[in-house]
Amino acid sequence: MIIGELINSSRKAVRPLIAERDAQAICEVAAAQVKAGADYIDLNCGTFLEEEPERLRWLVETVRQAVDAPLSLDSPNPQALASALPAAGQQVLINSISAEKERFRALLPLILEYRAKVVALCMADGEIAQTAEDRVMIGGKLIEDLTAAGVALDDIYLDPLVQPLSVSEAGAGVITETVRRIRQLYPGVHTVCGLSNISFGLPNRKLINRYFLAQAISAGMDSFILDPTDQKLMGAYYASRALAGQDRFCGQYLKAHRRGLYSGE
Amino acid sequence: MSDFEKICHAVLDGEDELALAEAEQLLAAGKAPLTIINDGLIAAMSEVGRLFKEGDLFVPEVMMSAHTVAGVIEALRPHLGAEAANRGRIVIGTVKGDLHDIGKNLVALLLSSNGFTVIDLGNDVAPERFLQAAEEHRADIVGLSALLTTTMSNMRATIEAFVAAGRRDSVRIIIGGAPVTADYAAEIGADGYSEDATEAVELCRRLMEVGA
Repeated sequence: MIIGELINSSRKAVRPLIAERDAQAICEVAAAQVKAGADYIDLNCGTFLEEEPERLRWLVETVRQAVDAPLSLDSPNPQALASALPAAGQQVLINSISAEKERFRALLPLILEYRAKVVALCMADGEIAQTAEDRVMIGGKLIEDLTAAGVALDDIYLDPLVQPLSVSEAGAGVITETVRRIRQLYPGVHTVCGLSNISFGLPNRKLINRYFLAQAISAGMDSFILDPTDQKLMGAYYASRALAGQDRFCGQYLKAHRRGLYSGE
Repeated sequence: MSDFEKICHAVLDGEDELALAEAEQLLAAGKAPLTIINDGLIAAMSEVGRLFKEGDLFVPEVMMSAHTVAGVIEALRPHLGAEAANRGRIVIGTVKGDLHDIGKNLVALLLSSNGFTVIDLGNDVAPERFLQAAEEHRADIVGLSALLTTTMSNMRATIEAFVAAGRRDSVRIIIGGAPVTADYAAEIGADGYSEDATEAVELCRRLMEVGA
């Protein structure tokens, strides 16, 4: 599953569109992502701080009119989510909850009320877990607590927490290892990540993003928050899924080829 | 060729052993440990900062150089005696509710490799702990980090805690982190903001000069 990341107020090109309530321009960004193959449209306006609830609501109402694709509400802020969820429509994804007690407690009722899908960060109170083992443990606890509360396993998207390669001595191994173990221990749960975090601080970020995407797919990750209008990245996505045996008869790879959704280079 | 050119190169290349060997030689040649730190290590880190700013160096290279410097400072410490390298005392931490520490760690590493004394309080640091640590360590500067838009408000709360305790004028408070802007720094009454870790070093240098 592809979650299109472009509508985010921390992007310099997008912030003014939200600030000035340029509905037409926002709709164009949403439509372009759907056309490029996005399954979900992520909406993030966290940088508006106190105004986030009202801005997120506006984004949801605006994008809802332009595209049929379901929405991903990208905020840990319960007020913002509560304000936007009633307008979000079917199959909404809440991005994201974590095992931090306060955040979990505040967001769970909203997930249940709107029967939302949810991204769950493998992060608990205290330090950010450094090993795959600890992250899997936190992920397991999240799965347990969410399913006990009535969330279906198929609606849970565990995020192993991608930290930049530039500050990690172990490379992306912790992430792929976390995904492998989660897939073994909890078959049926989804895994997801914000792809471009991996390349922070390095030159030629798109190259790193692409190769990391391939590695994550081969470890079993099935969902990504990324820029779907990057056709080389989408090529890596379709090719990697076919190679990893996640695309029966190469169906998606071929379909996307005919629709011109990716670059063949 | 300056006496310190070799050690500067070793720092720029992140060559730990070479830098240590050079430091030994400089000591043997009668250079004062503090001079080696100032004219060798810190001078090299300034160059690293400049190259990073210009886009010629990248984050992992900056970290590598900072590690090299940390190793040499550690080796020089026994020779330093009371004359510690100290360009300022900085208490740093990620604000309450926020567990993200990559940016904060990078800033702490660069500040210490540039000769500042850094007291790192870790992440999820409550306003009272900043206040207490600033007092206990007689901090010149307090650095607040936040990665989340939802925890940025705790930067304001921390500054307010210093005001409420009547301690606001005894320290400079600086802030940084992905969602943080110069406007926000001005709005909450911080003394400074920096876009990245090398700029944070510059900012602390400037603040220490003004304070002196």
